[in-house]
Amino acid sequence: MRIDQKTVRVAAMGALLLAAAACSKKAPIAPVLPPSAAASNAPPPSPPPPAKGVVPRIDVFMANPSSIQPGESSTLSWSVANATDITIDQNVGTVAANGTRDVFPNTTTTFTLAARGPGGMANRSVTIAVTSPPPPPPSAPKGPSVSGAEILSREAQDVYFDYDKSDIREDARQALTKDADLLRRIFATDPTFSVVIEGHCDERGSAEYNLGLGDRRASSAKDFLVQLGLPTDRIRTISYGKERPVCTDANEGCYQRNRRAHLAPAQ
Amino acid sequence: MKFRIVLVMSGVLLMTGALLMLGQQPTGVDIPGVIKEGEKPVIAVPDFRGAGDAQKAMDQFNKTLWSELEGSGALKMAPKTLYPLAIPQQPSDFRPPTVTTPVTRGAQPQVIKNGPWLTDWSGPPVNANDLAIGYTVAQDGRLVLYGYLYNLSQSTVASAQLINKTYFGSLDNAGATLVARQFAADILQQFGAKSLLGSKIFFVSDRSGVKTLPNGSKFPMKEIWSMDYDGSNQKQLTFYKTTTTEPAVSPDGKLLAFVTYPQSTRNGVEVDGQPQIMMHSVETGRRLTFSNFVSSVVETPEFTPDGKRLLFSTTVDKDPQVCISDINGGNFQRISRIRAIEVSPKVNPRTGSEVLFISGRSGHQQLWRMNIDGSDPEMLTTGEGDVANPSWRPDGQFVAFAWTRGYEPGNFNIFIMDMGKRVPIQLTHGMGRNENPSWAPDGIHLVFSSKQGRSTQLFTMLADGTHVQQLTNAGNNLEPVWAKGN
Repeated sequence: MRIDQKTVRVAAMGALLLAAAACSKKAPIAPVLPPSAAASNAPPPSPPPPAKGVVPRIDVFMANPSSIQPGESSTLSWSVANATDITIDQNVGTVAANGTRDVFPNTTTTFTLAARGPGGMANRSVTIAVTSPPPPPPSAPKGPSVSGAEILSREAQDVYFDYDKSDIREDARQALTKDADLLRRIFATDPTFSVVIEGHCDERGSAEYNLGLGDRRASSAKDFLVQLGLPTDRIRTISYGKERPVCTDANEGCYQRNRRAHLAPAQ
Repeated sequence: MKFRIVLVMSGVLLMTGALLMLGQQPTGVDIPGVIKEGEKPVIAVPDFRGAGDAQKAMDQFNKTLWSELEGSGALKMAPKTLYPLAIPQQPSDFRPPTVTTPVTRGAQPQVIKNGPWLTDWSGPPVNANDLAIGYTVAQDGRLVLYGYLYNLSQSTVASAQLINKTYFGSLDNAGATLVARQFAADILQQFGAKSLLGSKIFFVSDRSGVKTLPNGSKFPMKEIWSMDYDGSNQKQLTFYKTTTTEPAVSPDGKLLAFVTYPQSTRNGVEVDGQPQIMMHSVETGRRLTFSNFVSSVVETPEFTPDGKRLLFSTTVDKDPQVCISDINGGNFQRISRIRAIEVSPKVNPRTGSEVLFISGRSGHQQLWRMNIDGSDPEMLTTGEGDVANPSWRPDGQFVAFAWTRGYEPGNFNIFIMDMGKRVPIQLTHGMGRNENPSWAPDGIHLVFSSKQGRSTQLFTMLADGTHVQQLTNAGNNLEPVWAKGN
């Protein structure tokens, strides 16, 4: 008992000592530093003043992506040295030495960055190509259901599964959430449209077992969509097991592509 | 000595049985019914000749007779290179040797050969136990075979003769094949071996072509086919032009059940229905009534041994479960009730009351058994790897199945297991993906599919893994079912 008390006291003293040591470390004793080091310590970092007579230098001026569709954005990024006045045309205006800016050109546009400094000036240009979207599909010959089918075939994302599993993975959750939005749009414009979810498997299990597994995958995907509020009576399921593979190579890349639920128009 | 001769005369069947029970057991797989190489009676089968027009078909005849006897697994073939030059073709060709009385006391009696004799074949270098001879003639536009079998342990032609029979076929290769098979079946019967004559193998083939869907994607169509047990007479039975698989044949050979995606037309486009069971008449090829339980998948049909009911797997409450109905789909009942994928129910053909099936209820797909009412389920494999495709031997004593134990997922091999001992015996060893074993009616052969490279073909083998023979080569061929002839 006494030993215990002693141990506790010793431990407490140790803690006090440690605290004291920590305090002494934080004591505001300003070390004498050389001026340059002091400047570099001062937050936030600012560019060093331009040396007189040095020509401004544009290290970086780029657009990413360099090709977009109308309504999409591209990010300009730049890095300039030795300049006092930096501007980008096309209504971007004056900017700092380093920076980024999202731009939304509707047509192909060339952005020019101009940097002026005591030693002169420098220019660099970058062009963002704005491509027109693909032409709208030809008017559907058989009414709106065909166009719904076309939209679905073009935009629906496949849902991928782990080996021998039918659980909805995180990436599958995202794919199905997008598919749900797509289906809502199609269902709204075409009241007769319905979708079939195909369940597929890789080639390793037996054909008989895979017919069951593909069935489970198709129904898990359907259940997820129904949870997101989609009407159960407009979603059909079918299992193809391993009978309709998208590839036939014996490697994990191909196996993964085949372990999927695929959304197709139910005609 | 006399007693032994009498015993042998009373039936070669008895002798073979005795060999099986008492003979030395060489190393290797010991399967009841499968005779080991060293225990097989040795038979000499010289090439038969044909008179006149009959000779044209004799290549086919000799090839067929040899492969039927060799492929039976019941006999060892004495190599032709060892045969004597003088080959008898009929009983009257045999000439017993003359044995002279020695002139001087103590000298050996002299044996003078007068022509072909039984000992030419029973002695070295042929050392055969039996001899099959005969010939063919063209008679009234038909091929006539005169076939004889001799037991070489006998001392006279009359006592040695086991078969003396006439066979008739058409005067062409088909006729030659037929008479060779019939003669082979009679020979095999003398040795207690069951002939496979008349038995059929039903299977799935994708050789009928590729289907292109409206969206441009393509897949090979699968249809049900049949062939004779040796790979001849391959014939397409279904024409659904989609994926048609999993054939099952009724015990009387009259009904064919299988799984297909029923086609319907919507907005001018062919649409697949969910996979369901179809029932056909084998004889007419016509579709018969089978009402499927309303379900997203109905598959793996299998007839009960009395031919009156059908077991299958149906998705109930999201899981494929073992179910049973009448052969028209009526009186549907669910047998298994568990959250697991359960497929491929197979009823013990001897008892009719025990069901083998594949279940994932313990994790991986394993081989299970239960009573036909669903009671007393029991796992028969170890839980390792994946198991598929159980098949009962006709006597209900053995089961064959495909298992990935010891290999990567998907690399199946063929195993068999004595239902009494429960010790799995591996028959194929990683040469390709080997699946879908199905026992032959004789209980000593198996047919199975093997994928080597990108091609899947059908093979037969003896149940000890020997005598592997390829039956198919066009397209891909799988899911064979070996059915008794009707």
